[in-house]
Amino acid sequence: MTNSELIRSSAANLATRLAAKEISAVEVTQAHLDRIAAVDGALNAFLHINTDEALSVAADVDARRAHGEDLHELAGVPIAVKDLIVTIGQPTTAGSRILDGWHSPYDATVVRKLREARMPILGKTNLDEFAMGSSTEHSAFGPTRNPWDLDRIPGGSGGGSAAAVAAFEAPLALGTDTGGSIRQPGAVTGTVGVKPTYGAVSRYGAIAMASSLDQIGPVSRTVLDSALLQEVIGGHDPFDSTSLTDPSTGLVAAARLGNVSGMKIGIIRELHGEGYQAGVENRFNESLELLKQAGAEIVEVSCPNFQYALGAYYLIMPSEASSNLAKFDGVRFGLRTLPGDGPMTIERVMGATRAAGFGDEVKRRIILGTYALSAGYYDAYYGSAQKVRTLIQQDFNAAFSQTDVLISPTAPTTAFKLGEKLDDPLAMYLNDVATIPANLAGVPGLSLPGGLADEDGLPVGIQLLAPAREDARLYRVGAVLESLLEQSWGGPLLDQAPELAGAAAGLAGTKEAK
Amino acid sequence: MDATLSFDEAIEKFDPVLGFEVHVELNTATKMFSSAPNVFGDEPNTNVNEVDLGLPGVLPVVNKAAVESSILIGLALNCTIAEYCRFARKNYFYPDTPKNFQTSQYDEPIAHDGYLDVELEDGTVFRVEIERAHMEEDAGKLTHMGGATGRIQGADFSLVDYNRAGVPLVEIVTKPIEGAGARAPELAKAYVAAVREVVKNLGVSDAKMERGNVRCDANVSLRPYGREKFGTRSETKNVNSLRAVEHAVRHEIQRHAAVLDGGGTIVQETRHWHEDTKSTTSGRPKSDADDYRYFPEPDLVPITASYEWVESLRARLPEPPAERRKRLKEAWGYSDLEFRDVVNAGLMDEIEETVAAGASASVARKWWMGEIARRAKLADVDPAALGVTPAVVVELDSLIREGKINDKLAREVLDGVLAGEGTPTEVVDKRGLAVVSDDGALQAAIDQALAAQPDVADKIRGGKVQAVGAIVGGVMKVTKGQADAGRVRELILQTLGVSA
Amino acid sequence: MAAINRDDVAHLARLAHIEMTGDELDRMAGELAVIVDAVKSVSEAAGADVPATSHPIPLSNVLREDVVGHVLSQEQALSGAPDAQSGRFRVPAILEED
Ligand SMILES: [Mg+2]
Ligand SMILES: [Zn+2]
Repeated sequence: MTNSELIRSSAANLATRLAAKEISAVEVTQAHLDRIAAVDGALNAFLHINTDEALSVAADVDARRAHGEDLHELAGVPIAVKDLIVTIGQPTTAGSRILDGWHSPYDATVVRKLREARMPILGKTNLDEFAMGSSTEHSAFGPTRNPWDLDRIPGGSGGGSAAAVAAFEAPLALGTDTGGSIRQPGAVTGTVGVKPTYGAVSRYGAIAMASSLDQIGPVSRTVLDSALLQEVIGGHDPFDSTSLTDPSTGLVAAARLGNVSGMKIGIIRELHGEGYQAGVENRFNESLELLKQAGAEIVEVSCPNFQYALGAYYLIMPSEASSNLAKFDGVRFGLRTLPGDGPMTIERVMGATRAAGFGDEVKRRIILGTYALSAGYYDAYYGSAQKVRTLIQQDFNAAFSQTDVLISPTAPTTAFKLGEKLDDPLAMYLNDVATIPANLAGVPGLSLPGGLADEDGLPVGIQLLAPAREDARLYRVGAVLESLLEQSWGGPLLDQAPELAGAAAGLAGTKEAK
Repeated sequence: MDATLSFDEAIEKFDPVLGFEVHVELNTATKMFSSAPNVFGDEPNTNVNEVDLGLPGVLPVVNKAAVESSILIGLALNCTIAEYCRFARKNYFYPDTPKNFQTSQYDEPIAHDGYLDVELEDGTVFRVEIERAHMEEDAGKLTHMGGATGRIQGADFSLVDYNRAGVPLVEIVTKPIEGAGARAPELAKAYVAAVREVVKNLGVSDAKMERGNVRCDANVSLRPYGREKFGTRSETKNVNSLRAVEHAVRHEIQRHAAVLDGGGTIVQETRHWHEDTKSTTSGRPKSDADDYRYFPEPDLVPITASYEWVESLRARLPEPPAERRKRLKEAWGYSDLEFRDVVNAGLMDEIEETVAAGASASVARKWWMGEIARRAKLADVDPAALGVTPAVVVELDSLIREGKINDKLAREVLDGVLAGEGTPTEVVDKRGLAVVSDDGALQAAIDQALAAQPDVADKIRGGKVQAVGAIVGGVMKVTKGQADAGRVRELILQTLGVSA
Repeated sequence: MAAINRDDVAHLARLAHIEMTGDELDRMAGELAVIVDAVKSVSEAAGADVPATSHPIPLSNVLREDVVGHVLSQEQALSGAPDAQSGRFRVPAILEED
């Protein structure tokens, strides 16, 4: 296989060829490192490149395979990790100056599982600071750019992981999704992203934004690849009290089964139409048509309380975040900034550290959360928002009593221009209107490419939602839709993405590990 | 302080109302929310993992043993155990608090609405109502450096050791305690002692106040007699010995009374107790910085205590301390005074074990309250911590009763035991301390002693049997005390042909 | 619900231990007012009879056996410390000098 074939392969395909010893893990890993070197200068998807460790894990896989050792299916398939997830041996920044240079002395549970499967970790991907944002512009280390158009955002907060996968820098990546941070970047970069059921994947080692909403999940170019990855990272973890005991099996089988005949698929009345870009709406309708042709019954359902979802989310998330981010104070780890003048007390050092270490969006959310939790406001804000959560769950329960899965556009628009919404926090928040309900209710959601919008030629995402613990349904339906769409396009959507300048010019890698 | 009032004057004018928050450190093997060891006194920052340090990405997991200990405490305090309870976050920034919030329980404690009957010195029983007992985690330990006193004021910087961070705590909160009057300081001491006794008896805490295993915050307010509404209270923090609790409450009553009597008002504030001056100083007033922004801990799930679980724990409850005291006093046949001395010396357990191991109650008391207590006092440790086990006492006693050693030798044997030379029998052998009971060897010594004091020998022959003591003394001198004095006496009289 | 003003933000910033300049306070007050206005409808959405949901998937009694697990070495514990001394984390004075 040529380097170009290696990097454009799906993880499943790489796994098959690695197992057959047609290719080596070192070869695959090196091809991706070369690609990163060639294009990441333009994209800024990676904050750290883990060259030596990735190659040594790959070499170890090759040696073990040569000895006939029985390895994990994905052994030797490289992966990128969102820099919100802690890793021994690499820095973890959460996209924040406050953690610049910090190395975790422990591995996140999902990272431990990647190591056990012997998947070379290519590096750490860029994100909005502490995963707070929908564009990756809030990273302290510069924005990531969308491979489809370098002047546009790759979505957020997991724009680095999505862009890396879309730009063939990695076949797989890990993301985290609190209000859509895996799915919305997937939508705007033409990739697949899954937010598993809350508790299906351990959160241990994912730097918390909002504990009751956060979930780690897979980022990939195909539905099957996400299923393969979720089976690696999922399952019970005794280090996470909210981790479910359900086994993370049956997902790959569901993706391979890919059959929707007789299934009921519900359109959520509140999550399309007004406020959604015409091109998004058109692609969404095409997907519905394809699913109908494949034997699914399309019905419409109403989730009237979804109108409160964004409000509830922007109370619960900042409340929990304000408390979760209190530990960043310059005492035990990370940045310490001394006050410019006045008495040198720990109070003032904490205040100066947090002032210098946090960006505007993080400060905004901390202040908002502090407000929502403060005496006199708790019941009206946090308390009410928790009640809205109950109403949203009830809406989902009612919808799932009539349907097997729900469907909507993932995001109301395609990728917007860098800087376009930076000064309008509320407009930025509206990007997550379709993804947030799943986080509030804990149900799983998958976004897959639905084509390109007519007006701008940019990717549109289709979101599937299933009842809690029924992640397999997403893979089953997603695989069908993916295959029907690819038939209609004559290949993967990313085949239509423009060549990246650096790669086209065949530039040798200049981007060193940072 | 304004014009001073004596304690009696203060009580004459004002009705004191007390309240206590007692923190009990549990003696679990691991922390409340992490599997790092819960050990006192190790090198700084060696009993921590990422959870205790609050590193980015960590999550808590509740220690089952800590929950069970908390339920046991709740049951022993006659509380209702909540069928459903949760942890909450108490948000405040302080460098000894790794996450800058304490994971605690707020409006949903594990145990609530109980009482503890507290016995005062004269036997009066005072019922203290318990509002709640809740689970939480301890903070790290700050050492203030620079400055003159090692105190926080004037320090240049502080050092933080997080070994204690995350140690499981149960905080026991009383309802307002009314009607103690002049006995308020005594009740304060007796209440904390009773809590300490309860948790020690349950085996859930080491209950050493000097190590901070039991820490008391004492609330005091005064009001005119006959008024229902409470006065403004002060909260004296971390009063960490029984005597200090008594003194701090007495001091605060006098301080409040003087302020109120002088027409002043009491500020609601925390106060710090100073052992050296036996007084309190103002800490920080209640302020809007006390907005702790409590909310349910989203990283933990609720605890539901089923009837079966609670009942299985109830079945594990030991005999309540008051009942146990009554039973033991009767069984041992001690006088009121003897028994109170034993209780005050904290030697009930030791005597009980010694009796169980075979000694009589009076022998056990003689050893523990006598020789062992004396040595402990010299060494400035608790008698129980001296290193003498009940088995040692029993063995010493039987060696005496068998005539192998006498009381004087027994003390020497104890020296050997404490020096690590082995069991009493082993020490007797190694040091060659056995009483000389070989009549042949004794006879030579007796003959020698008689020859040395012929006049005394004559007196004895002449019927003055009581003079035999001088000869016995001579024999003991020759045998370096290793003779059985009774047997020596018999042999002397036998030698001189005198019947006893 | 009262609108959020500059003094409120200053108080919240103190609670949250984030030093802010006057300009920042002004800007933040403006932005927060807009956000709070947009989310406040939540307080009217649910009646008193609606229970709160703290966890999307309800679980209870997730407990750990009291068995010692892994521990960091002192060196690891202090590895990220901005300042340390004698095996401890070093922090500036806790109270302002009187
Ligand atoms: Mg308290
Ligand atoms: Zn407490």
